[in-house]
Amino acid sequence: MSDFTFLYRGRDTNASPEQMQKTMEKWRSWFKDLGEMGHLKDIGHPLEHSGKVVKGKQKSVTDGPFAEAKDVVGGFTLIQARDLDHAVELSKGCPILEVGGSVEVRPIQVINM
Amino acid sequence: MVAVLTRIFGVHNLALAEDVVQDAFCRALEVWSFRGVPKNPSAWLMTAAKNRALDMLRREYTARTYEPELTKWLRSEWTLAPIVEEMFTDNAIKDDQLRMMFSCCHPRLPEEAQVMLILHILCGFGVNEVANAFVTTYTAVEKRIPRAKKVLAGSSRLFDTQVPADFSIRLPVVQRALYLLFNEGYHGASTEFAVRTELCQEAVRLARLLLSHPLAATPATHALAALMCLNAARLPGRIDAAGDLHSLADQDRSKWDQRLLSEGLELLELAASGSDLTDYHLEAAIASVHASAGRLEDTDWGQIVSLYDLLMSMRPSPIVALNRAIAIAQRDGPERGLEEINLISDADRLGSYPFLAAALGELELRRGQYGAALDHFQAAIRLARNGMERRFLERRLDACQRGGCCGYQSHADHPQ
Repeated sequence: MSDFTFLYRGRDTNASPEQMQKTMEKWRSWFKDLGEMGHLKDIGHPLEHSGKVVKGKQKSVTDGPFAEAKDVVGGFTLIQARDLDHAVELSKGCPILEVGGSVEVRPIQVINM
Repeated sequence: MVAVLTRIFGVHNLALAEDVVQDAFCRALEVWSFRGVPKNPSAWLMTAAKNRALDMLRREYTARTYEPELTKWLRSEWTLAPIVEEMFTDNAIKDDQLRMMFSCCHPRLPEEAQVMLILHILCGFGVNEVANAFVTTYTAVEKRIPRAKKVLAGSSRLFDTQVPADFSIRLPVVQRALYLLFNEGYHGASTEFAVRTELCQEAVRLARLLLSHPLAATPATHALAALMCLNAARLPGRIDAAGDLHSLADQDRSKWDQRLLSEGLELLELAASGSDLTDYHLEAAIASVHASAGRLEDTDWGQIVSLYDLLMSMRPSPIVALNRAIAIAQRDGPERGLEEINLISDADRLGSYPFLAAALGELELRRGQYGAALDHFQAAIRLARNGMERRFLERRLDACQRGGCCGYQSHADHPQ
């Protein structure tokens, strides 16, 4: 088993409260399934779409978010899977895909010193 | 609220749950005194408690562990708020109260402590009110409740109401606790009031809650709920507007709560499904015979006597024996009643119970032995535990002194 991060991008900003509720329920049941199968290492958190970016040697601070809304990371989760293919397979159940978002699957880099 | 929050925080964090509720109440006092009481105070309190719980969970999510199966979800913003929200829906609250009711009836706790915990955690009674309910001192309750809570918090988790085997073992304990709670309200030994309607109401509420759980809705639970409803239905007749106690004989039966009576009769019918016959069935049946008599004269005393016979064989006690003797007196005359009272083997256990002397007085009065009746009533008055009982007995004393007798009255409408 190896560790992976799911980075969720894009979200439906025009959703009504009712739709939001439905979406939240989908997320919950997806997380629940992952948890029951033993793939959920850390459920992580959703992220606000605003923030600050600190950059360069000058440590210049600019307002986030960045680029277009669909590219903003909206949350993360730590996953355990056999390999990258398996992790990709797991990500296909993510509700964000239904609203046009994306899941970026990234192996956690193991640093050996 | 404590029940819900304990479900979220885990039973080992019972104190935290209580703190959160306490905070919600303090916040209410602050805000309400400033802005007035909101339209729906209980919803306001629920929301306050919910928000406070969320604060707590966010602030301490790494410092504590919560309910094992929930901890993982409470630690992420993905799921925290939806889960807490879900816990505060009506159905979840009902489940949590049931779970808490079963958890309070921990086998390591004596019956009295179980009832105290139920009153304290589920009915929101403060230490003072619990002390009143149990006719004991504030300091005694102040010691016992934390001790009981420690036992509860020491159990690794709340009682799981989904496991049928555990459930059926714990159910009779829960039934017993609710029965005691009801009786404490119906004829407790309070020095202030002979009847504490609020205890009876809480017992009825919790019994109904118990019935809502499919595993708990057994014939015995139906019978328990039936006996509560049928007896509680008589409460408006038992105490009049002046706060005076009335015996079964001189109650204004039109004041009996018809809605509770019919609910009780319906429950009793449901209790009859199956071959179980418990003492709750018998007590409910006795109450139903009283309830179905429009006038005292219409009472089927023969049936009541045979029900008491059964009850004596199932759960003998001097109080059951006394009530049986009174029913026999109604059926066969005061002499037979007196004989039966004299036969009660462990009557000495009733030494401080005013209604033994009162029953003797009543029967002597009915057979014209005014002197003997007077002595008995005077003895009863010395034993009276509250003003209501005392005034009731003094009225009977007057009857003796007038040398008149207006029928059977001594059975001050006491359950078993």
